[in-house]
Amino acid sequence: MDRAIAIEVSRLCKTYDAHKAVDDLSFQVYAGEIFGLLGPNGAGKSTTLRTLITLLHPTSGTASVFGHDTVREADTVRMLIGYVPQERAIDRFLTGREHLQLLGALYHLTKEEAAKRIAELLKLVELESHADRPAKTYSGGMKRKLDIACGLLPNPKVLFLDEPTLGLDVQSRLRIWEYVRMLKARGMTIVMTTNYLDEADQLCDRLAIIDGGKIKTLGAPAELKIALGGDIVSLTLKETDRMAGLESALKNQPAIKAVRLTAKGLDIRVESPEKALPVILESANRLGCSIEFIQYNRPRLDDVFIAHTGRRIQDDIPKEE
Amino acid sequence: MKDYWQEIRALTMRWVLRLSREKFSMLFTLVQPMLFWLIFFGNLFQRAADSQVTQAPNYISFLAAGVVVMTVLNNGLAGGVDLLFDKENGFLERLMSTPIHRSSVILSRFIFVMTITSLQVLVILGVAFLFGVHPATGLLGIATILLIGMMFGVGLTAISMAMAFSVKSHGDFFSVLGFLSLPMIFLSSALVPLAAMPGWMSVLAQFNPMTWAIDAVRPLILSGWSEALPHVGMVVLVMLVFDALCLYGGAKAFRRAMG
Ligand SMILES: Nc1ncnc2c1ncn2[C@@H]1O[C@H](COP(=O)(O)OP(=O)(O)OP(=O)(O)O)[C@@H](O)[C@H]1O
Ligand SMILES: [Mg+2]
Repeated sequence: MDRAIAIEVSRLCKTYDAHKAVDDLSFQVYAGEIFGLLGPNGAGKSTTLRTLITLLHPTSGTASVFGHDTVREADTVRMLIGYVPQERAIDRFLTGREHLQLLGALYHLTKEEAAKRIAELLKLVELESHADRPAKTYSGGMKRKLDIACGLLPNPKVLFLDEPTLGLDVQSRLRIWEYVRMLKARGMTIVMTTNYLDEADQLCDRLAIIDGGKIKTLGAPAELKIALGGDIVSLTLKETDRMAGLESALKNQPAIKAVRLTAKGLDIRVESPEKALPVILESANRLGCSIEFIQYNRPRLDDVFIAHTGRRIQDDIPKEE
Repeated sequence: MKDYWQEIRALTMRWVLRLSREKFSMLFTLVQPMLFWLIFFGNLFQRAADSQVTQAPNYISFLAAGVVVMTVLNNGLAGGVDLLFDKENGFLERLMSTPIHRSSVILSRFIFVMTITSLQVLVILGVAFLFGVHPATGLLGIATILLIGMMFGVGLTAISMAMAFSVKSHGDFFSVLGFLSLPMIFLSSALVPLAAMPGWMSVLAQFNPMTWAIDAVRPLILSGWSEALPHVGMVVLVMLVFDALCLYGGAKAFRRAMG
């Protein structure tokens, strides 16, 4: 299936002094999807994003947004995008509404256009009742909401979110996930970075795992997990004498990818448990194998991350603000 | 062009809004130079300062020119501070990701700093007036003083912004600022005329653009046009060179920081 390409990154490198922050990155983002950059601190996520929003010039390689080069056609790109930085980029002395009014002028909206859009956005992020208080009186979550409203003000075709839920409580995170899904439903393309595995897993249509400035793997979360070899159903049998019989009975079943004998039972790799489990249970029944214990393991994104980077992402959990 | 103006106006209004939210600190920045330097220092040294040396009827009238230029100096050198904070908290990045002219943010800052400085200079001249200092060159002289102040201020603000864009942390920025500001004042003709300084100090003071500004502002206040004009002509030349150098450095630092 050919899908419209929103962002094209080709052989992108960004070097600080001798340090390669981004090292030969290539990927595409399709229009209308939520694309994630997942990686530990210092992986190069923000650097990649800053290049895409025209704030950094690549050392080599190119990036384009809807076909417009981020260096040569920076002005065109800036009209298409909205950006929510990783730091709370808030002016403590301005009210929420003043932030949005300032941005309205910077996007060259007329007063009326701006006022209409600001009212909509304040409603969307539920800041209406706080809109006229200086931002220094906002809580962390409210500041983040204002940040997001600022990113949405230009009504962008692509929204860039840098660690949108870093340091937020569970409720605020879920709320922000909801916004992001809703924006996608409205047809917006979203590129976000995160170092939370569950966020990448639940929110992103596709994601790239990056580490040390390089892409380690790229795909839909489900694909990445399946690529590890599928889910595993582990059987522990009461008697071990009929194990070999069960193994050969299962081996050629279409729902089953591989079977391996273990000390007390079988490890069965399956593509989808819905199809495989009935087959397994039916065969065991037919052969008179009584099952003592059945365990089902779905590979998690953790496993994908470890498989591709050789370590856990939690090894260097972010220092929360 | 209409877009450009809309951006600059909105960004300038932001500085005004911020200032109006910080009433307390606004009051102190406005009042500090007149209170501390003009009123306290001016009156304190009234009798200690020899009017044969200062060539002025009293010390306050001698000091007024110095305080005017000191205000320009302090405002100019601090002119980049807000951009520094914007850079550090990511606000600048947010502004720069919008389709504005790259120069709008900087221009808004120049406009704001120059306006505030000019207002402050007027207030200082007003307070000095109350102490009996009547500018010898009248309103046109005051306009000339404002012009000199702005020419000096543009260069200083450019230095300050260049520093804001180049420093690694705001600690560095404030150390350099603190290091620059007092020596600039002491090594100038703000407090004492060059002729009354120890030789080495007066040599150094001659290379200080501040001295040139003060030496033009002072006769505008004390003497009259015939004495002031040559100094005014000279300071305009000096400031043109000074501003050109500072703006060149500032533009380079800005381009390096903003890609
Ligand atoms: N302005 C800079 N000067 C020098 N080095 C930099 C600069 N910005 C980033 N780096 C380096 O580039 C690397 C990638 O940084 P980047 O901010 O892209 O990481 P990240 O993946 O966003 O990390 P985090 O999860 O902590 O936000 C890091 O090693 C960082 O130290
Ligand atoms: Mg980052």
